[in-house]
Amino acid sequence: MNKTDVLIIGAGPTGLFCAHQLGIIGLSCEIVDNLDKAGGQCIELYPDKPIYDIPAVPECTGEELTNNLLKQIKPFNVKFHLNERVEELKKNQNRWHVKTSGGVEFDVSAIVIAGGVGSFEPRKFPVKECEKFEGKSLFYSIKDKSIFKDKTISIFGGGDSALDWAIELSNTSKVNLIHRRDGFSGVEASVQKVKDLNDQGKLNLFTKYQMDSVSGDKQIETVKIKHDEGEIKEIKSDYVLGFFGLIMQLGPILDWGLNINKKTVEVNTENFETNVNGIFAIGDICSYPGKLKLILSGFHEGALAARGCFKYAKPDEKLRFEFTTTSKAAQERLGIKK
Amino acid sequence: MAKITYHTHDNKTHTIDVQKGLTVMEGAIQNDIPGIDADCGGGMACATCHVYVKEEWLDKLPAKEDGEEDMLDMAFEPKNNSRLSCQLIVSDELDGLEVNIPSKQG
Repeated sequence: MNKTDVLIIGAGPTGLFCAHQLGIIGLSCEIVDNLDKAGGQCIELYPDKPIYDIPAVPECTGEELTNNLLKQIKPFNVKFHLNERVEELKKNQNRWHVKTSGGVEFDVSAIVIAGGVGSFEPRKFPVKECEKFEGKSLFYSIKDKSIFKDKTISIFGGGDSALDWAIELSNTSKVNLIHRRDGFSGVEASVQKVKDLNDQGKLNLFTKYQMDSVSGDKQIETVKIKHDEGEIKEIKSDYVLGFFGLIMQLGPILDWGLNINKKTVEVNTENFETNVNGIFAIGDICSYPGKLKLILSGFHEGALAARGCFKYAKPDEKLRFEFTTTSKAAQERLGIKK
Repeated sequence: MAKITYHTHDNKTHTIDVQKGLTVMEGAIQNDIPGIDADCGGGMACATCHVYVKEEWLDKLPAKEDGEEDMLDMAFEPKNNSRLSCQLIVSDELDGLEVNIPSKQG
């Protein structure tokens, strides 16, 4: 059981800055995120794209912003729990007990949901029968590549994940790479490599095809793919892999009794608390009149939510407003030596 | 204003006057038309505002910018007439545009 003042759900820019604000006022926190790294949408959706509207930062990329925020919270030694999705929430007297998908448990005074548009989950095939094989002979990510040795694998997608795995697995497996168009979004060198492997007969490339159906008993046996013009090909396959990026899903938070409106959580604008006492929501996931989905708004919301958490974490103390420029306490917490 | 018609998956038709300069995605969101999620808010980063454009309109639309086709690779059931509605800016030329919203966005 991890005991801390506040649990932050989501390690995007808003969650990270909220951790900073909690640290400044002397509260401890830990952060859970479903991705394998901090940064949220900034890292997952646009690590290399420039952002121009962070105050006093004329231009930075999603990755730079994330790295700077991580640097800014370094003094507080915030513990991250990555690859974990929050699942269960229970109230225990004045504390909250939270459990994640991987069984990590927390005992906290308050919760800040900074979950963006939800947790990132792999995008799946539209074909219904795929569900039956998911996790057995159909995968959206690879944990153990040894199972593919000497098997026939059909890989769908045109991005870097699809290309990289097609190239790598072609060494030890028979690989079919199927993509909906001639162009690819992956890096040029990989695209060329795939084309070369196709020319050398070490991989079969099918473009302008998409999945039509999968069939098999317990395991996948064949996949049907359909050309833009309607022609259908049947290919033998032991495994099917789909790489269509990630999509955001609100997930178990929906069942926490929060007022949800259009995939967002309603909050007040005084301290960004939800209808449930002790649960706050900030960033893209919260809604209130005038809400702007900007990173800078998330920072503001995080600063106020952090102060809102104080009364739950330290009910007998009064929070005094201080500036970091002059506050000895804040500077000590930041580890500044004079 | 330009008239944009959204055909939703529940077989309903919504014809909306959308202000010029807004995107077809924003027209849907502001008018509570179901089926367009627009998770990333119009940043061409998520493919959850995916629509099918009525064939006769395909050639009249501005060409896809770099990146839109890449994102459409990620969309749910993309077809040849797929577009991201966040990339379609409403103008006089688009008056009368009809789009079909897919059964789901992911």
